[in-house]
Amino acid sequence: MNEIISLKDIVVDYDGEPVLTGLSLDIHDKEFVTFLGPSGCGKTTTLRVIAGFEQPKSGNVFFNGKDITALPPYKRQMNTVFQKYALFPHLNVFENVAFGLRLKKLPEKEIKSRVLEMLEVVGLKGYERRNISRMSGGQQQRVAIARGLANHPKVLLLDEPLGALDLKLRKEMQLELKRLQQAMDITFIYVTHDQEEALTMSDTVVVMNQGDIQQIGSPEDIYNEPQNAFVADFIGESNIIDGVMLKDFQVGFAGNEFTCVDSGFEKNESVQVVVRPEDIQVVPAIRGQLTGIVKDVIFKGVHFEMHVEQAGYEWIIHSTQASQPGELIGMNIGPDEIHIMHRMEG
Amino acid sequence: MEKNKRLSLPYLIWMAIFIAAPLLIVVYFSFTDQAGHFTLSNITAMGDYTGVFATSLLLAAVATVICLVLAFPLGFYLSRLQVSTQHMMLMLVMLPMWMNFLLRTYAWMSLLEKNGLINRFLGLFGIGPFDMINTSGAVVLGMVYNYLPYMILPLYTAMVKIDQSVIEAAQDLGASMFQVLSRVLVPLSMPGIATGITMVFVPSVSTFIISRMLGGGDTLLVGDLIEMQFLGNSYNYNLGSAMSLVLMVIVLLCMSLTNTSGEDGIEGVM
Repeated sequence: MNEIISLKDIVVDYDGEPVLTGLSLDIHDKEFVTFLGPSGCGKTTTLRVIAGFEQPKSGNVFFNGKDITALPPYKRQMNTVFQKYALFPHLNVFENVAFGLRLKKLPEKEIKSRVLEMLEVVGLKGYERRNISRMSGGQQQRVAIARGLANHPKVLLLDEPLGALDLKLRKEMQLELKRLQQAMDITFIYVTHDQEEALTMSDTVVVMNQGDIQQIGSPEDIYNEPQNAFVADFIGESNIIDGVMLKDFQVGFAGNEFTCVDSGFEKNESVQVVVRPEDIQVVPAIRGQLTGIVKDVIFKGVHFEMHVEQAGYEWIIHSTQASQPGELIGMNIGPDEIHIMHRMEG
Repeated sequence: MEKNKRLSLPYLIWMAIFIAAPLLIVVYFSFTDQAGHFTLSNITAMGDYTGVFATSLLLAAVATVICLVLAFPLGFYLSRLQVSTQHMMLMLVMLPMWMNFLLRTYAWMSLLEKNGLINRFLGLFGIGPFDMINTSGAVVLGMVYNYLPYMILPLYTAMVKIDQSVIEAAQDLGASMFQVLSRVLVPLSMPGIATGITMVFVPSVSTFIISRMLGGGDTLLVGDLIEMQFLGNSYNYNLGSAMSLVLMVIVLLCMSLTNTSGEDGIEGVM
């Protein structure tokens, strides 16, 4: 796969406050890429650098191998769907979608056919003459997407576009965006702080924190093989515990030794161990590799969440069967469920 | 409902006495001679003053256009500042309005005079002196200087409502600076533009102080003419009323042209 966008050593400051600290990234053509991270991690700034709204203090942006760092936004072959829609309040639905096409001075007939096509794609057929202010948030979002796609961009940038929608509508739109991206066969770059959204839609997830990339990978990689404690903690819930790599395929933590599938660490290297809450098996205390006291049990719908104290560490366990608070239980962890990470510096 | 009606009564009486009645009196005087007989001669006499009306409308229009051109970028700049800075800058815009109108215009007299500050300053470099006072240029300058804030404020009020992301969206879709201006900023500022034009054009077209002080006797405006009919040598309040009436009709026509697009703009300055 070829790279459509490359960022090289991007540095951005706001009043001397570092926002991006030398970020480098390649984005492949026709992929659904998501920038995921907590607020203030620099994900929106990265998107704005790509769109051209933000000039990096240093570093370069490449588009199909060409340096576009100094190119103004209106000359870039990308379009943006803004967080707050940013529709033109003085134009109706048709004219909003047609805005970019009119600037290109396309023939009226082509403008009309393209706008109607885009409105059909986003499910707003028949709304052409509607006033923007008379549409719901979800409908306005669709107009914004149609407006971005009407220009036939090579890349569509989406800045938390579903943030203002309610949960049900958001889930619908997630699937629809994924479908759109496949149907249009272009690159989508999507910014969100919602890890579930990122895992649902993306081909590639870029996890960011404090102005730099923590991990790049497929949703499965990010979830199953987090590279550091930040990623493990941010993506889903995790038990992160200090351990020692005794030898290849053998790790010690929580006062016991476990077989694992990781190798290549130094002997007795100090590591961090990640175990997902749903991967801990609850067994009678005598048969458990670890034993702990159940502190509380919370019903979560699909499963119960239990907090179990064991040797000063509080484990989170997701199980379809509830134990009683105060009960002594055993916990088993299979080799495949143990994920070993190098210790983060500092 | 009944109670609300009664509450508005004082204002209705006020309007009847101080707005409706004077208007009717003006209309009455316009169509009568000094003996009180009905006549159209006051209105037909307007023909002699077409030149004065034309000058007034022209100078007011020029001043309005200059105000608009100056205020548009300034209003936009103000609307993009941080909120705290915006308030301070708005104070600076309004500050001259708190000073007496006559005083401000007098100040321009002494600046523009033959031996005024500007000519003396230019003289230091061997340039000039220029004839600046008593020209129509000086009158336009006076109008622009005095009424510019009335253009800036409604424009600012309209522009502060324009979200920055809407401007970015236009750029993102391929709009150059000029296209952002013509396709997004101007249409979205229209209520402010309409209000600003009205607020500058109306007082400019009927001013008499500015033309008297900065225009000397050379630039006679409708305002001067009307004043002369009531306080000056050619005392004739029937003719004065007719002039006021005609001016009012012209202004109403101009306003109906601009205000079709800006009904909600007037709130901006109130």
